[in-house]
Amino acid sequence: MSLSVSRKNILIAAIAIAFLAVISRLFYVQIIEDKYRINAENNALKYKVNYPARGRILDRNGEIMVDNKIIYDLEVTPIDVQPFDTLAFCEIFDLDEEFVKERFDYYRRYRSRIGFGSVSFLKQIPGEMYDKFAEKSYMFPGFDAVIRTAREYPVNSGGNLLGYISEVDQNFLNSHDGYVMGDFAGKTGMEMAFEDRLKGEKGYEIFLRDAHNRIQEHYENGEYDKEAIGGSDVMTTIDLHLQAYGQQLMQNKVGSVVAIEPSTGEILAMVSSPGIDVSQLAEINRYYSELINDPYKPMFNRAVQSAQPPGSVFKVVNGLIGLQEGVLTPDTKYPCHAGYQVGRVKLGCHNHVSPIDMYQSLMMSCNAYYCYVFRNIIDNPKYGSVGEAFDKWREYVTSFGFGTKLGSDIPYELAGNVPTRATYDRLHGKDRWKSLSIISLSIGQGELGCTPLHLANMCATVANRGYYYIPHYVKYQPGETVDSTYNVYTTRHYTMVDTTYFPEVVKGMEMAVQGGPGATARSVAIPGIIMCGKTGTAQNPHGSDHSVFMCFAPKDDPKIAVVAYVENAGFGATWAAPIASLLVERYLKGEISPERKYLEQRMFDANLLYKVKTK
Amino acid sequence: MANTSIYSKLDWRLIIYYLILVVFGWLNIYSSVHAENSILFDFSQRYGMHFIWMCIAFGLALAIIFVIPSKIYNGLAWWMYILMIGLLLVTLVIGVEVKGSRSWISLGGIQFQPAEFSKITTALALSALMGKYGFVFKRTSCWLRAFATLGIPMLLILMEKETGSMLVYIGFFLVFYREGMSGWFLLAGLFAILEFILGLVFSPYVAMLVLTGTFLLIFFVRNKHVLTGSILTVVAITLLAFLPKLLAVEAIAAKNPFPAEVWLAAICCAACLFVLVRDLLMRSKDKFMRYLLICYILFTGFIFSVQFIFNNVLQDHQRARIEVLLGMKDDPKGVGYNVHQSLIAIGSGGMFGKGYMQGTQTRFDFVPEQTTDFIFCTIGEEWGFVGSFGVLLLYFLLLMRILNKAEQNADAFTRIYGYCVASCLLMHILINICMTIGLMPVIGIPLPFLSYGGSSLLAFTILLFIFIRLDLDQWKYLKH
Repeated sequence: MSLSVSRKNILIAAIAIAFLAVISRLFYVQIIEDKYRINAENNALKYKVNYPARGRILDRNGEIMVDNKIIYDLEVTPIDVQPFDTLAFCEIFDLDEEFVKERFDYYRRYRSRIGFGSVSFLKQIPGEMYDKFAEKSYMFPGFDAVIRTAREYPVNSGGNLLGYISEVDQNFLNSHDGYVMGDFAGKTGMEMAFEDRLKGEKGYEIFLRDAHNRIQEHYENGEYDKEAIGGSDVMTTIDLHLQAYGQQLMQNKVGSVVAIEPSTGEILAMVSSPGIDVSQLAEINRYYSELINDPYKPMFNRAVQSAQPPGSVFKVVNGLIGLQEGVLTPDTKYPCHAGYQVGRVKLGCHNHVSPIDMYQSLMMSCNAYYCYVFRNIIDNPKYGSVGEAFDKWREYVTSFGFGTKLGSDIPYELAGNVPTRATYDRLHGKDRWKSLSIISLSIGQGELGCTPLHLANMCATVANRGYYYIPHYVKYQPGETVDSTYNVYTTRHYTMVDTTYFPEVVKGMEMAVQGGPGATARSVAIPGIIMCGKTGTAQNPHGSDHSVFMCFAPKDDPKIAVVAYVENAGFGATWAAPIASLLVERYLKGEISPERKYLEQRMFDANLLYKVKTK
Repeated sequence: MANTSIYSKLDWRLIIYYLILVVFGWLNIYSSVHAENSILFDFSQRYGMHFIWMCIAFGLALAIIFVIPSKIYNGLAWWMYILMIGLLLVTLVIGVEVKGSRSWISLGGIQFQPAEFSKITTALALSALMGKYGFVFKRTSCWLRAFATLGIPMLLILMEKETGSMLVYIGFFLVFYREGMSGWFLLAGLFAILEFILGLVFSPYVAMLVLTGTFLLIFFVRNKHVLTGSILTVVAITLLAFLPKLLAVEAIAAKNPFPAEVWLAAICCAACLFVLVRDLLMRSKDKFMRYLLICYILFTGFIFSVQFIFNNVLQDHQRARIEVLLGMKDDPKGVGYNVHQSLIAIGSGGMFGKGYMQGTQTRFDFVPEQTTDFIFCTIGEEWGFVGSFGVLLLYFLLLMRILNKAEQNADAFTRIYGYCVASCLLMHILINICMTIGLMPVIGIPLPFLSYGGSSLLAFTILLFIFIRLDLDQWKYLKH
């Protein structure tokens, strides 16, 4: 007992000593040391926040896509305000006298809360207004203009690809550290993707006030001030002019165009149409409700957020799987007499010669041919059951990136959809379906959902003869430290199809553009460039068919792979193919050859918006 | 009859301390986040949320006292302990990452931190273990079990990267001490911290000197040679202090591949080993001597690994915080920013503070985390030295009350649990306040009852009220 009691006392003594130590430190900090103490009259430090300039966004050649301009916020420190000439004040800022009165009533009501603090009076006042104010600022003590920066866009290129910045809200604050009310942050697109590099660091100056609340001097000679650090410029893989050209081609159409450099996975252009005009982007708040209510949804980045059936361009994938599985050789011939029919199931096709081999099937986009190929894959006896074979097929398709988020740095990327066994078990009953029930997958219809980015990535994979780099739009300037997250973009991803089979489909795609009679895309061949392409016409429940085209060029050592997806426009060869091919020509040659000028003009002029149902 | 008398037997003093602290905390949370036109019960704001948490906490407190039978604490201690270990494991797998540590679980939109609650289950399990008849701490099987009971949750929480919460568990060693663990353990712990700082701020050689001197002194005092021993120690250490100078002489330095501390450590450890082996061979009965020598060797190893621990084991931000604290780096704009802003806030409070809601430093969000970990800044700024002293006094009274009540209790389970509660609170209070006044590195743990946060408020309420409920039970014994 004596032991325990003494131990209790020892513990109490130890606790008491610890508390005494804390209290003496407090006594020192609060009473003795006046480094921390500010005497009773000037008991307020004034913090003046300096906002950093946000980093600029550059295109792949270093041209400026997003720049800054200086604007001013007007702040007021109510306690410093003395009676002033309200009329002159209102004149400068183009205000109602009533407004000023209201504000000051408000400040009076909450004076205890505001104390010596400053509050925002007007936001984003333009330069001319500021100049007028600066001249007469002596007349308005207590008012202070704080420099901030707003976005400016030298070229109308990018739109919602660039994204916008806006003032942070409570939700944002809850999930992000280091921001306070009144700060701006990137909300969409690149502004969001590169927020960390663009934002920079706020600085502040600390001032002491004297007995009359006048700012007196820098606290501790500015030892604790902090300079604002501007955000870094971020280079992107986008080609500013190609992007602008793509937007021009897509004007008055709904859909998207994605161009990728196959050898790196760098996104050269990504158009989502209709998009946001950069003039609206800079003042997003003013146009927000207009944009959000626009039936064509300009805020929506279709290139990564709109998952649709791919249509016939998907035949390339099924062909490759057939080759790899050994159920198809390039010379295998199948007949087609305006379609494929087994019992009650019929899948139509257009008129072309028959029978045809694999190259011709890609060249003429034969539907029947791929019904044969697909059924051979799914009914392959080596897998024992339709379900097993389908699982294998799905595995192949997923290895091209379909049905998954590719992992690009583009915000809000969708995974799309590749149906699973369970999907069909639900639709038809468990194991009560066969290859014929899902035959529409053979030509890229049915339950498939791919974003244009998925298709562009597949096109780049074919261009590379079997591998892809994850598409991305971040790029580093020479000499810049590369973030470790960048490594994912320099890794090759191979599909499950052997690279030796790719040249075969490339040949078929070449014939589709460069081939003779019957070639689906011969009308968009570019003089002097060997281009490979594949058209697609995607049926969909929302109206007319979507016009799809994917292509890459030159055939050997491809520099660009493009996918155009024009919604409800009709045949792939009519709209998507010219748009994609013009983009390729523009990128490779820098200009459009005279004999194709009419095509360009037709694309500029076409207005296909009326075909899109907006509900 | 029994029910009415509960009121007179409840420990009202503890409850009143608790209520004062909780309400005071809420007022300060309100003060530090209120905006220009806020109302007190705006539930989208932290003070509104905290009010809801307070109501839940009070409800829980009532339930613990009136509804939940007190028998379950002892009876189910182990089940709750195992359940909580399971929960910690689950957190490691499915936990949500918040600010670098994976310690939050999200359940139906409400996030909570199992680590906060595992203090309670660990306290209960330890009480059940050590309160059992026949538990003698000195017995190897007994203390091993106690250490394991404490070590498992500590390890899991460390794996969640909640180093701060993990440190709180060290407080349970005070309970072990009360229950019979040798006081040398605690002293060795404190000494390790001292050596760590010496090794970092000065040099391993200085740390070696202090180590050798301390152990020599202990040895002499133990053998009753207080005066001669002290003189000998001082002389020996003074002479040894010149060893590096001697080794630096060019002729010697050219041939000497090792720094001074290696020589010193090698010689001393060799001597220790020699004595140890001789002791073992002679089957000496002096176990203390043996432990002393082993400790010396272990500490030597520790000194040599200080640099390694500091550079390789600690995370970057932890290293930076320690460097600032020890004055190895002056960085008021970087890592030292938090502490400096916190010091300005507290220091500018002066004797009587600036008055409630008049704080200027905390208002401008220049003090980070001012409602959670840095709530003491608001108190220091707005209530001044008087206010902060008052809060500390209140805490001290609360702790003393718990210790006294625990000591008076006839039931070993209640007594040990009381000590657990007290040491848990003590660690939180000391670490948190010392952090805000620059006596300890920044360690993100809440201030009991005052900080914003549902998990911590509920956890501390449960922790305390289980004790109040257990304390109520002693009347049962007194009747018979």
